[in-house]
Amino acid sequence: MTRVIWLQAAGCGGCTMSLLCAENPGAIDLLSDAGIRFLWHPALSLQSGEEARALLQAVADGQEPVDILCVEGAIARGPNGTGRFQMLSGTGRPLMDWVRDIAARATHVVAVGSCAAFGGVTAAGGNPSDAVGLQYEGAHPGGLLPPDWRSRSGLPVINVAGCPTHPGWVTETLLLLSAGAIGAGDLDGYRRPRFYADHLVHHGCPKNEFYEYKASARQLSDLGCMMENLGCVGTQAVGDCNIRPWNGEGSCTRGGFPCINCTAPEFEEPRHPFTETPKVAGIPVGLPTDMPKAWFMALASLSKAATPDRIGINAVSDRVRVPPTLRKPK
Amino acid sequence: MTRLVVGPFNRVEGDLEVTLDIAEGQVRAARVNAPLYRGFERMLEGRDPRDALTITPRICGICSISQSAAAARALASAMGMTPTPQGARVAALIHAVENAADHLTHFHLFFMPDFTRPVYAGHGWHGRVIDRFTAIDGSALRAAVAARADLLHIVGMLAGKWPHTLAIQPGGVTRAPGPRDKARLAVSLRAFRRYLEETVFGAPLEEFVALSRIDDLMRWGRGDVGLFLDIAADLGLDGMGRGSGRYLSFGAYPVDAGPIFAAGAWDNGPRPLDTAAIREDLSHAWMTGTEAHPSEGRTEPDTTMSDPAYSWCKAPRLAGRSMETGALARQVVDGHPLARAMAGGGVLARVAARLLELARTQIVMEDLVAGIDPGATFMHSAPAPREGTGEGLVEAARGALGHWLRIADGRIASYQIIAPTTWNFSPRDAAGIPGPLEAALEGAPVQDGETTPVSVQHIVRSFDPCMVCTVH
Repeated sequence: MTRVIWLQAAGCGGCTMSLLCAENPGAIDLLSDAGIRFLWHPALSLQSGEEARALLQAVADGQEPVDILCVEGAIARGPNGTGRFQMLSGTGRPLMDWVRDIAARATHVVAVGSCAAFGGVTAAGGNPSDAVGLQYEGAHPGGLLPPDWRSRSGLPVINVAGCPTHPGWVTETLLLLSAGAIGAGDLDGYRRPRFYADHLVHHGCPKNEFYEYKASARQLSDLGCMMENLGCVGTQAVGDCNIRPWNGEGSCTRGGFPCINCTAPEFEEPRHPFTETPKVAGIPVGLPTDMPKAWFMALASLSKAATPDRIGINAVSDRVRVPPTLRKPK
Repeated sequence: MTRLVVGPFNRVEGDLEVTLDIAEGQVRAARVNAPLYRGFERMLEGRDPRDALTITPRICGICSISQSAAAARALASAMGMTPTPQGARVAALIHAVENAADHLTHFHLFFMPDFTRPVYAGHGWHGRVIDRFTAIDGSALRAAVAARADLLHIVGMLAGKWPHTLAIQPGGVTRAPGPRDKARLAVSLRAFRRYLEETVFGAPLEEFVALSRIDDLMRWGRGDVGLFLDIAADLGLDGMGRGSGRYLSFGAYPVDAGPIFAAGAWDNGPRPLDTAAIREDLSHAWMTGTEAHPSEGRTEPDTTMSDPAYSWCKAPRLAGRSMETGALARQVVDGHPLARAMAGGGVLARVAARLLELARTQIVMEDLVAGIDPGATFMHSAPAPREGTGEGLVEAARGALGHWLRIADGRIASYQIIAPTTWNFSPRDAAGIPGPLEAALEGAPVQDGETTPVSVQHIVRSFDPCMVCTVH
């Protein structure tokens, strides 16, 4: 049996809500069938108040073993480094102290969501609560825990980043950890599991044909590619969102709004409006990942000039106005 | 007099601590603390107004679409625009799905497992409730989680994902559903109706919606709803945690004809809703400044966390009075006869009203889908103004949610949010008047030796608190 403690730090709880959207089978069956059991989960477990305090204390003291600590939400260090912006209720202790103690006992530590990984939206704006991730502060190594910290398994904090996380990212990370199947080489440069972080949101995006011709949407609800005008960074953002969709058949770009790179550190501060592409002299800033700039510029201007009418018209429509031309079999 | 501090208070969304003064087996006074401060209102200052559509849903992972809808409406009001009629319809559908999913989650995952506790061994219903509602593992929980995931396919299709979508915009929604989409939406809703009728209610939803008397409600006897009502009768949940009978609703699902569930206030009868009479009192919140209407309000945390304050939550009042909000309030204000009969009630009334609303919302969603015109325009666009003010009022699952925004020089100059649980779980105000939960807890029975009184848990969870929204 794999024993999991889940703590909700300074976040919205949305990664738990998303986890409950797992399907075939659902989250509860999937985890219990695999022998993964919540010792305590704040949204699901029966134990409240005194019973929960006793359990958490026993884990922190090492009397109750824990295999995986999942933390959802950023670590609020404020005000003035005290952590009192989030006291674990009923205990008179800042949550950050509880996280530090239980992390020291857990075999693996998983940051669930971009807040727990990097600070995320909780660290947006002036970062009012002085929030950080478990082992990163934005893109910089070192958060609540120092850069060289390792859990008892020898791994750093595993960052299942996303805002929210896809239910598959969380369940599969737990399945793989439970099977001893994640090593350091299975994590990317921001320690995100490579099984989803080696893909780009662009992969499988239904707007790919528009992208090929740089046939761009001018406003949200247009079908065209949202890279040029509407802030979409799906060609740079990691995630298999368009390979295995969300909630049935969804994804951000399928929903008609841009990818905002929510799996990345500091996505919450793009330094431009989320739904507007920054431009210099009318040219969009930002290149698709691994694309040389000169080639991109050349290909973009060539493909734009070659845009078929069908694609150009549909790009600025809210539905397909011009269907593909039919070809008779030869 | 003994004092108990109850926490961590789980199976609520977010962080909650309740301090109880107890004497002679009863709660004499309660103080409710929302112990997490993140400062979303401050994060928004200085940003492009459109960024509110990305940031505010992330206040809350369970009321995400409510926050999104409130931000879109606040922006629309600042822009002087309204969504296209069909865009408003689809936004209402997306929002109704979230609210229905939240009601389902609350009943199964958060509220019912408390009745499996050993303290209730020996009651005739205890075996059934253990089978159906054991935390995490109960058969009813598994079925609810599966039905909820299927229902949320509607949000996946129309809004990309749940939670945290950008699909709801001031001018409508970003994706125009086609005829095939409309057919699939109806498929999802028929499946959800089947689940509700076979498992939750045990009968056609229209039969439950037609109830108008509490006696008839208590005789329901079918489905998991019947199990709950048997428990409620046995334990006297109608008398536990009774409310003031003052209710507030901003009106749910605005379409061309107005909100589908009416807006208004209630105090022994209908009262007009005047949002200009809202003030947020700061006397017992760890906030500096003075009480203000949210359009003038500020969020300046008192980092010394000084007495007599005991919560990060402000205390909103309507014309000086605390107000309860949520499904019961919404259904009372809307005039449903069963809800009106339960007005002023406690645990039973809040939970039964949520179930009533779950049944009514299914019918609302079906009507919304039937009225989708796949040929229509679902969104129009306009630039955000350089200067302006806006008010966005919606109904989250947990009640009245308001966003107040001021734009200056093309940037957000001020953004204030009052969430449903800010109303329900507010601390005392300057006059010492407790918030609705604090008042409802007075008189709650406490057995000898209880450290986390089970009656207090029923009462707290009957409000379906969302603490992450409360302080934001």
